[in-house]
Amino acid sequence: MEPVVHLRDAVALLGRFPALAGIDLDVARGEIVLLRGPNGAGKTTVLRVCAGLVPVVRGQAVVLGHDLRHDARAVRRRVGMLGHATGLFDDLTVADNVTFWGRAHRAERGDVEAALGLVGLAGRLRGVPVARLSAGQRRRTSLACLLVRRPELWLLDEPHAGLDHEARDLLDRLVRQAVGQGATVVISSHELDRAEALADRVVTIDGGVTGGAEPAPRHAAGIERDVAADATPGVAPEVTHVA
Amino acid sequence: MWRDASLVAGRDLRIEARSRVALQQVAPFALLVLILFAFALDPEGPLLERATPGLYWVTVLFSAVLAVARSAAVDEADGVRDALRLSGLDPAGMFVGKALAVAAELAVLEVLLGAGVVVLYGADPAAVGLLAATCVAATVAVASTGTLYGALVSGLRVRETLLPLLLLPVLAPVLIGGTRAFEAALDGSPADGWSWCGLLAAFAVLYSAAGALAYGTLLEGS
Repeated sequence: MEPVVHLRDAVALLGRFPALAGIDLDVARGEIVLLRGPNGAGKTTVLRVCAGLVPVVRGQAVVLGHDLRHDARAVRRRVGMLGHATGLFDDLTVADNVTFWGRAHRAERGDVEAALGLVGLAGRLRGVPVARLSAGQRRRTSLACLLVRRPELWLLDEPHAGLDHEARDLLDRLVRQAVGQGATVVISSHELDRAEALADRVVTIDGGVTGGAEPAPRHAAGIERDVAADATPGVAPEVTHVA
Repeated sequence: MWRDASLVAGRDLRIEARSRVALQQVAPFALLVLILFAFALDPEGPLLERATPGLYWVTVLFSAVLAVARSAAVDEADGVRDALRLSGLDPAGMFVGKALAVAAELAVLEVLLGAGVVVLYGADPAAVGLLAATCVAATVAVASTGTLYGALVSGLRVRETLLPLLLLPVLAPVLIGGTRAFEAALDGSPADGWSWCGLLAAFAVLYSAAGALAYGTLLEGS
């Protein structure tokens, strides 16, 4: 099967600076891949390349079947990115923000309500301007904006940062549910314990090049995700030991 | 395109309604400029009456710079530009939506300023048809040009100071056309003013088309 993400010797520039100097990365459909590496290694740039936001100047870059060097716009509608920036309008309410981004993606009103409910913002907070929210609540709102567009490829840049324990669990559960429903996920994170528990595979990036790939510790220990449980909304993810 | 334009225009107008920047900052600024002109030019003398059309449009253009800067700032917020690029919204629709929102704000402002020049400067609005047509053409021209230049300077650290430096010279034909058309209308000889109104309409069409075509490229480059 064709990988959802296929980068081969991909080079990308930020200004004149080579942010990626030759990245190799393949991500299969339904896989959760963790990008690991020190600050400035190029993890965020890899995610932005996969989203079609940073152009590849050399090498191969195919995402969701589209060559990013010629057809980046076709990819963008099908990916969802949760990054350091929230992408929210401070003067609008939580519901207004999710509705705007939902309508931009042709979502129905029911999809907006469902997304707000999934992240725990369907109650009083839905009518509160984003400017008055805490950092964690803003992050939840961004997550709702991502959910409402139902992306095929989730690109999560430090997704656990700024979230309390409950919200982190919620995020992990939503990621597993999305994967259970056919989505693919690439995560960049420094919170390795939590991210490795979520991932199928860990790819190390350093100095803008791929250092190596290995199964996530969970897989190395013979533990696999229970996809059926993950696919059921509201059901806490379970793990199953395989013989 | 029109669906996306409606979505973006609705968002920008909702943000203005919630933030009240146009109501609490731009409108008072515009009225203050009118009052200062009245202080500077003897309100009892003929100079103020002769200068009324020019002062009106200078005030509109100064206020438009504020409105355009505010409109551009909405899309400069935390990660919004990337989110817009990922949204798949039609760039031409985004441009039209933003320009429509700015035009709506300017239209309200122009009515307010119109009342201001009648009360403060004693202007007598005779040829209402020409005045209205001039306002519509000039408003579209200013809104489309402003939205285009707002996108051009977005992402630059000096965008607040660069925007008026780039925008005001480009809008000189609007100032001239609007002033001449208003002079004709206030003098009671509207036939002389329609050609200027036509110039404004041509300017509006030109910059609306240029903006719709270029907005996507500007969004990518910023």
